[in-house]
Amino acid sequence: MIENDSKLSIEKSASGRRALVFNARNKNGIKIPQHLLRDTEPLLPELSELEVIRHYTLLSHKNFSLDANFYPLGSCTMKYNPRINEIVSSLKNFEDLHPLSDDACAQGTLELLYHLEKALCEICAMDATTLTPAAGAHGEFTGAAIVKAYFENKGEKQRVQIVIPDSAHGTNPATSSMLGFETVEIKSNEKGQIDIETLKKALSERTAMLMLTIPNTLGIFEADIEKIVSIAHNSGVVVYMDGANMNALIGILKPGDMGIDLMHLNMHKTFSTPHGGGGPGAGAICVKKYLEPFLPVPRVIKEKGMFRTKSDCPLSIGKIKSFFGNTAVLIKSYAYILSHSNDSLSEISKNAIINANYLLKKLGKLYPPHNREYCMHECVLSCPEELLKNQVRTLDVAKRLLDFGLHAPTVYFPLIVKEALMIEPTETESKETLDAFIQAMQKIYEEGKYHPETLKKAPINLATKRMDETFAARNPDLRWESKKTCSSKV
Amino acid sequence: MYSANTKEDQTSMLKEIGVSSFEELIRQIPEKFLNPAFKFNDKALDEMQILKRFEELASKNTPPLNFVGAGAYERYVPAAVKYISQRGEFLTAYTPYQAEASQGLLQTIYEYQSLVCALFEMDVSNASLYDGATSLAEAVKAAVRITGKKEIICSNLLNPEYEKTIRTYVNGSCLITKLNSPNGVCETNTLNEKLESGNIACVIVQNPNFLGIIEDMPKISEITRSKGVLFIACADPVSLGLLKPPGAYEADFAVGEGQSLGLPLNFGGPYLGIFTCKKKYLRQMPGRIVGMTKDKEGKRGFVLTIQAREQHIRRNRASSNICSNEALCALMAGIYLTLLGPKGLRELALLNHNNALAALDKLTKNQKIKLRFARPFFNEFVVDLGTETSLLRKKILKEENIDIGLPLGFMGEEFRNCLLVCATETKNEEDFERLAGALEKNL
Repeated sequence: MIENDSKLSIEKSASGRRALVFNARNKNGIKIPQHLLRDTEPLLPELSELEVIRHYTLLSHKNFSLDANFYPLGSCTMKYNPRINEIVSSLKNFEDLHPLSDDACAQGTLELLYHLEKALCEICAMDATTLTPAAGAHGEFTGAAIVKAYFENKGEKQRVQIVIPDSAHGTNPATSSMLGFETVEIKSNEKGQIDIETLKKALSERTAMLMLTIPNTLGIFEADIEKIVSIAHNSGVVVYMDGANMNALIGILKPGDMGIDLMHLNMHKTFSTPHGGGGPGAGAICVKKYLEPFLPVPRVIKEKGMFRTKSDCPLSIGKIKSFFGNTAVLIKSYAYILSHSNDSLSEISKNAIINANYLLKKLGKLYPPHNREYCMHECVLSCPEELLKNQVRTLDVAKRLLDFGLHAPTVYFPLIVKEALMIEPTETESKETLDAFIQAMQKIYEEGKYHPETLKKAPINLATKRMDETFAARNPDLRWESKKTCSSKV
Repeated sequence: MYSANTKEDQTSMLKEIGVSSFEELIRQIPEKFLNPAFKFNDKALDEMQILKRFEELASKNTPPLNFVGAGAYERYVPAAVKYISQRGEFLTAYTPYQAEASQGLLQTIYEYQSLVCALFEMDVSNASLYDGATSLAEAVKAAVRITGKKEIICSNLLNPEYEKTIRTYVNGSCLITKLNSPNGVCETNTLNEKLESGNIACVIVQNPNFLGIIEDMPKISEITRSKGVLFIACADPVSLGLLKPPGAYEADFAVGEGQSLGLPLNFGGPYLGIFTCKKKYLRQMPGRIVGMTKDKEGKRGFVLTIQAREQHIRRNRASSNICSNEALCALMAGIYLTLLGPKGLRELALLNHNNALAALDKLTKNQKIKLRFARPFFNEFVVDLGTETSLLRKKILKEENIDIGLPLGFMGEEFRNCLLVCATETKNEEDFERLAGALEKNL
């Protein structure tokens, strides 16, 4: 049975009902040959404007969000998205600007982007920045393309490998493949860090790049970072930093100072722009001077007091998307940066680290931590043995958290930790919220030990019960095909 | 400053953690790297100052009366689109990994996929990619994977931004051959010859093409597919209110720039990569896909599905590295299409077409202005002004704050007097009057 509240818009449709109307001014008719015209009406819903608003408003009620719920997804940095940033990025003169406008019309936006690039260079101790990548993974793609172009220009085409620790995000090896590199995965040691001897063996004259996530996905800073970077550099290898976890470092350390050659930043993580249910983000790439000629176009430059875009860069990797980057997202991130000063920037990472360690300390007693020492901005725990013994798994713990109005942490990642729960509270959560989360986790532990069936059934309090993902994968139903029956399978 | 902890909180938490200072928590970091000096902002701005600073910056932009399209189109953004997409429940959610807590968002994505499939008449759509150009590049990569062939034929009237993006994405691993269009549309005879090579993965044609002209897509698709080569159509979604959709001519992949569906220009982004294909290529699709399923009580529900294609599962064997997409833009496009319905969409497309016809009519009253190609177009067309257009554009911009269109000199000598002019629903007779007047004065 289909409950009223999960009806699709198409199922609410009534022939002839209208919402948005454009008054016709069609005196010229259609001057297109009949055989190139559409001959069937597309199957779009017909609703009144109120019905559209109500449909989407009711859907919004069926959704956890950072505004309403603690959302401690590890690696995702779900920090508060300041509303002033939404206001300023949607100022009319920003929104109405066409990307192919003459630079003279775009002086405000170009000035902003120019200064944002400079600020990111300063925050990371890098020399040049491109703001064109649309997301973190798009930044990785851009970075790998830059390194490829650099070695081709240098005449070292034999460098076809990228070395990546096994704790890395899936995007790292996927990026490597997209550009035709071979991925060489290196095993982390028992502490979850890079083993120097393993690294040495993996690097050769065939290595182009070493991709590091700092701190790594276990929330640990590579204590041997100096040695690691110097070993890579001695082999002529470029060191890339995946900056997804920059919220742990911002204001207390500049990656460029450690010898990082290039890195990406996720504006939708560290720099507070909203995740929007999966995007849009923005993924700036910051590089050292020697890699600047390879940055994608267009660049933003200042010349004779004017800001302009520049595309005639002979060594550039070219275009990575149409036009410019995700400008509206970038504007938000610049507003966030300006709400901090030189001195207060470190408050971000400092509080993020305190919050994560507080959770580690309090939860580590029940949920075994991967790492008994202190963590950076996130910690990785596992589902306790006592619970596993009762057939309760990490997934069940996660689903039960939803019943308490708390979003689950990232689960089953990093892959090298069994039954992982990866928790990143961020600096914008209060101690009271963390305490409520701790209490819920303690209660779940008790339930798992004495009433495991409660966890297996979770979520219990939500309108929707546990979803059948296997059914979805085996019977793909990926769109409506008619107004009435929506169960016909692709 | 958005941190929640007070000084007292910090102290008590550090005490509970069991350290006497914050520094103990980060002792793995070599000391010499710690606490560098910054110089990006002497004083943090408060909220009021931020608003003022950004209003000042925005006022330095001077958006003109704009007749440039060329892949990004000035659209009216309906109030309901803005209103709903700014709701915190959508704006501040993450990717719906926890399905039970994300049913609203998942359903909006399922509906977006349905709306796009209906519009394009294609079998399946993903949840979005970054923009039209990257969608096309991903389609090309999928075609190369499917066929195992390494040559790509691409219309020379594909948006140059897209062609450049494809080049970066294939990064030297494929040969790209251009198909000439001396008469403003693809030459099908040449296509036939080029297809003889036997090593072609796919043919890419954009409709309307970069010059705004409507291609004979059914014919091109037929020729391409009859040689066993995959056909990739790149279509403007609003034009599909009038034009034959890619599914009707059996395109294997159909992509497009979703910015047209009610998104602001925003100087290039965020936009929306529409990606659709035939169902047999589902498992080669990049990005997220939402499917309908049921919960354990049998009630309808939605989940992310067919995830074995994706980077977080398949790592270096994934179909793409994409993780973050343009979900909120897809939500906006979905609301937009839901508001329009089939009638509204047709009205909108007709209005665009008629505005472009009206603009052309007004311009060609001037004997010096000629339509460059006598071919059907949608909402964009090329005129020859009899004089070099890029200086003229700057001059009229400066004097009248009108952007007359995109000068096409970069396409070659034969286009140096040409201008690509676009008129969407946002323009009216008065605007065309101003454009014609400004050109009259300067020609």
